[in-house]
Amino acid sequence: MLSIKGLNVYYGTIHALHDIEFEVNEGEIVTLIGANGAGKTTTLHTISGLIQPKSGEIKFMGKPITHVAANKIVEMGIGHVPEGRRIFANMTVMENLEMGAYIRKDKAQARDDYEMVFSRFPRLKERIKQVAGTLSGGEQQMLAIGRALMSRPKLLLMDEPSMGLAPLLVKEIFSIIQDINRGGTTVLLVEQNANMALSIANRAYVLETGKIVLSGSSKELVASEEIRKAYLGK
Amino acid sequence: MKKNRIFNAVVILGASVVVFVILAALQYIGVIDEYNGQLLTLSGIYIVVALSLNLITGFTGQLALGQAGFMSVGAYTTAIAIMKFHVPMLLAILIGGLVAAVFGIIIGFPTLRLRGDYLAIATLGFGEIIRVLMINLGSLTGGAAGLKGIPAFSETENFVLDAVIKFSWVYVFAVITIVIISNLINSSPGRAIISIREDEIAANSMGINIAYYKIFSFTLSAFLAGVGGGLYGIYMGYLNPTMFGFMPSMNIVVIVVLGGLGSITGTVVASVAFTYIQEWLRVFKDLRLVIFGLALILVMIFWPKGLLGNKELSISGFLRKLFKRENNPERTVSQQNGSREGK
Repeated sequence: MLSIKGLNVYYGTIHALHDIEFEVNEGEIVTLIGANGAGKTTTLHTISGLIQPKSGEIKFMGKPITHVAANKIVEMGIGHVPEGRRIFANMTVMENLEMGAYIRKDKAQARDDYEMVFSRFPRLKERIKQVAGTLSGGEQQMLAIGRALMSRPKLLLMDEPSMGLAPLLVKEIFSIIQDINRGGTTVLLVEQNANMALSIANRAYVLETGKIVLSGSSKELVASEEIRKAYLGK
Repeated sequence: MKKNRIFNAVVILGASVVVFVILAALQYIGVIDEYNGQLLTLSGIYIVVALSLNLITGFTGQLALGQAGFMSVGAYTTAIAIMKFHVPMLLAILIGGLVAAVFGIIIGFPTLRLRGDYLAIATLGFGEIIRVLMINLGSLTGGAAGLKGIPAFSETENFVLDAVIKFSWVYVFAVITIVIISNLINSSPGRAIISIREDEIAANSMGINIAYYKIFSFTLSAFLAGVGGGLYGIYMGYLNPTMFGFMPSMNIVVIVVLGGLGSITGTVVASVAFTYIQEWLRVFKDLRLVIFGLALILVMIFWPKGLLGNKELSISGFLRKLFKRENNPERTVSQQNGSREGK
């Protein structure tokens, strides 16, 4: 569904991503794990068109999207839950979701999708008129996910959804991710919390300083000595 | 939703006509003397220009310090069109706006790369370039001496009538500007613009074409500032480049920040207040700017979000409360992109 070949990204003279290659197949949850500064967020930003790569190719559903504008990429079916949630703090919960549906032309179906989001996140429905900046961290993360779902993505990019959340909430968020995936949305998940990420993902790639150093099924990676030492702390 | 919109439109139109008739009549019979009439007219020009800046800075979130530059372009274009090419006044004002809008597109492009303080400095530079340009285009603009003898809005034998006509022109443009900005903000493109202010990356990931809306906002803003400039030139009767330097640009920023970034009513109130306070402080002579500066510091300490924050006062909302017309109970899903409550 998504295939990335020989991707090189620079920030000025800094070489942030070196020849990144990976694939995401339809229906999967794939996770990119790695430490701070490994290039996880850069990878997601490059896919969704927020950063232009120097070289390489990104294909989505067979079509090259390497140099397509970010707003067009959303229309093609890639949703993005950005790092640090980035909700619209001065807008209400409902207005945030409406922004998520901004590109939708089928307003009637969008209406059903609001209900879908509310049934998935009942807490958002309770706070529908509340200003989003006053939500708790977990609720803001739910809103960020709900907002991304409003564009009806085929592929959902999620950037550290566990960031800054209490362990119990992290569990809740991850079970929601699984739920979304069961509903037919492919998920590319970037995480520092390798333990949780590997527990729900089908496959995983390990990024280190801009390079993919390991890949395999989640089971293999969990079993690998290297990973256990470096990322799982066991 | 539709009913609400019509109700809002009728109320706004009705209120602006009533206010107009009262103000114009009071001026005509002399209750508002000529001096205060002039100040009211000047407030109206500030409303147009300050709202244009609020669109960029308050709603789109791009700090711009060169608004007087757009005003200058509009003012000179309008004056030259009237004086050298004998274009009718209304058309000349619109041409002034259009030429300023072209500059808006040009200055809009750097905003795609520059943010915050960097953009502020770039727009500041733009304002200065325009000022220097106006000084050096002597044959067209009259250079440093300026343009004199711009014809007034009307030249009847009756001075009072002339003043009222002057006021009417400005008043109509101010109302149109308010209507344009408030309709824009409550529309779907308006939401896109506000989301850029809230979070650019998030807005982009929602599928909003940031480049397009930023340039759109700069262009519309420059157009309105140009129209304001055109009115200002005719109001003053003469133009010179120092009228549009750094300080006038800052004054516009001050009005917008005082009224509240992202508040239309705040800008309107602050425009009028700013015009009058500047005049009242004249009795303090040299201390005027000191007192004004102190007042600004106090307002920023006690009302850091400006007088109205990003809230709006509305007559229709007030009337609705008064008559308990609560036919707008819940903002339901079907109301997306509709008018906000209390608007």
